[in-house]
Amino acid sequence: MRSWLRRHPRIVIGGSLALLLILAAIFAPAIAPYEPTAVDVSQSLEPPSGAHWLGTDDLGRDVFSRTLYGSRISLSVGLIAVGIGLGIGVAIGLVAGYVGGLADLLLMRAIDALLAFPALVLAISITAALGPQIQNAMIAIGVVAIPLYSRLTRGQVLALREREFVTAARAVGARSTRIVARHILPNITNPLIVQATLSIAFAILAEATLSFLGLGAQPPTPTWGADINYSRSYLINAKWWMSVGPGLGIFLAVFSFNFLGDALRDALDPRLRRSG
Amino acid sequence: MIGYVLRRLVLMIPVAFLVTIIVFALIRLTPGDPVLVYAGEEKDPVALDALRHEYGLDQPMPVQYVSWLTHAMRGDLGRSLRTRQPVTEAIVERIPATLTLGVTALALSITVALAVGTLSALKRNSPLDLLATGLTIAGVSLPNFFLGLVLILLFALVVRALPPGGYVALASDPLDGLRHLVLPAVTLATASTAVTLRQVRSSLLDVFAQDYMRTARAKGLRERTVVTRHAMKNALIPVVTIIGLQVGAVLEGAIITESIFSWPGVGRLAVDSIAGRDYPVVQAIVLLSALSFMLSTLVVDVLYTRLDPRISFGDGGR
Repeated sequence: MRSWLRRHPRIVIGGSLALLLILAAIFAPAIAPYEPTAVDVSQSLEPPSGAHWLGTDDLGRDVFSRTLYGSRISLSVGLIAVGIGLGIGVAIGLVAGYVGGLADLLLMRAIDALLAFPALVLAISITAALGPQIQNAMIAIGVVAIPLYSRLTRGQVLALREREFVTAARAVGARSTRIVARHILPNITNPLIVQATLSIAFAILAEATLSFLGLGAQPPTPTWGADINYSRSYLINAKWWMSVGPGLGIFLAVFSFNFLGDALRDALDPRLRRSG
Repeated sequence: MIGYVLRRLVLMIPVAFLVTIIVFALIRLTPGDPVLVYAGEEKDPVALDALRHEYGLDQPMPVQYVSWLTHAMRGDLGRSLRTRQPVTEAIVERIPATLTLGVTALALSITVALAVGTLSALKRNSPLDLLATGLTIAGVSLPNFFLGLVLILLFALVVRALPPGGYVALASDPLDGLRHLVLPAVTLATASTAVTLRQVRSSLLDVFAQDYMRTARAKGLRERTVVTRHAMKNALIPVVTIIGLQVGAVLEGAIITESIFSWPGVGRLAVDSIAGRDYPVVQAIVLLSALSFMLSTLVVDVLYTRLDPRISFGDGGR
């Protein structure tokens, strides 16, 4: 393991960044210098200083503390949404690929229909229909991710289904569920890990966009997207710092998971390796 | 060729059908009695029943769907709940603004991606290449709403070189129209540029490693010919797919970009309608964006078969 990591320094860099973010989110209450929702009008719209590293907003709330707490929403939405997409998507892909026939045809047409929507448009309209709540944002982003996993899984299953070890398992009388669980799934985990890491980046960006549009967690809960939207009216007065914290938060989180995903792809899946 | 296009169009029908079911179901996902969506402040049960009948909400669900679909196919997508304007009219009058922004952004991103991506691959590991790769990573990780605000701050408030928002039709005042177009187009183009550039660079590098490139050089062709005729043509095949996906990215990016820059297009209408719970408008925009995305995918697939002679028309499914 250690020598493997030494050969792939980009995984270490991306992984450490992602881990750092997760730790910051978990320990936000201990790290944050102020309560993220504590209003202090006497400290309103202070520029960055020693007391307030990223300044304060119009209600005197500490931007750094809000950014730190915002990571909790972003990361939990990222992880849960990807969990939903992965769970349902892989299940659909396994059934479609292994059972084949009519099940394959019907499931894949449904997936095609989901893919016909631009991803974010679908996520926005699902959340708008279900109501602006953080749980609904998770569901919407998860649903949008399903096609990625079902197509990936189905393709891998089709390639594996006729391989000798699967035929051998079938010949000794193993049942379909056992073959899928013990022989096929373990062979497709690598591309799934890569895809899941990249989707976390997408999910964080999607959550930020939904909150920016007012469709995510509702105020006063600190979320990166909503805080940037809130800061817009102060941009004219050049109170730029209100949006810098959450903006950098989104950038760092999305960048870390994208970077880690790319590095994992190069290391785990040589067939997908890009040049350069 | 024509047979292939027809075949693909026929294959699109069941998927388009499923898309309409999803769009119809979306508005029915709204918690509570669907009539309340149309009722506004109305609370009187008798009036609600009348409304229910007027909108056909007292009919069984499949009947409602068929009625909605037949109206939609005739271009009747209902009326806006906020303005009572026919939805089709509201969308059609905003399409020019959205097309101006979307086409400019797409053209900008393809041009920059092809030029910089090619240079980047030709001069691999040069400072230019490292800068381009770095900007690529930044471009895909930066949300466009944040980028848009940063650009407004820098170029409209600090430097005061460009307007912070608003739309002037290019036809009425080309110069002022262009000035208003710069910031939104750059905002919308950035993420697509990054994705396309990365694909241009990596597929060119893949092609450079092929044997036929060495053959082309060995037979004494000029480097320029080798790059344009032999490398570009082959490297562009995967790039076309990525550009096709960018049409979808521009459609969804327009929602955010238009609302930041007060751009009176379909995307801004979508945001306003979501905020105002104007479901018929939201429904129509979602339907249209899915259909245009499907069509653009078809166009890309057709282009693909033109570019890559290895794909035959007979079995060119997905």
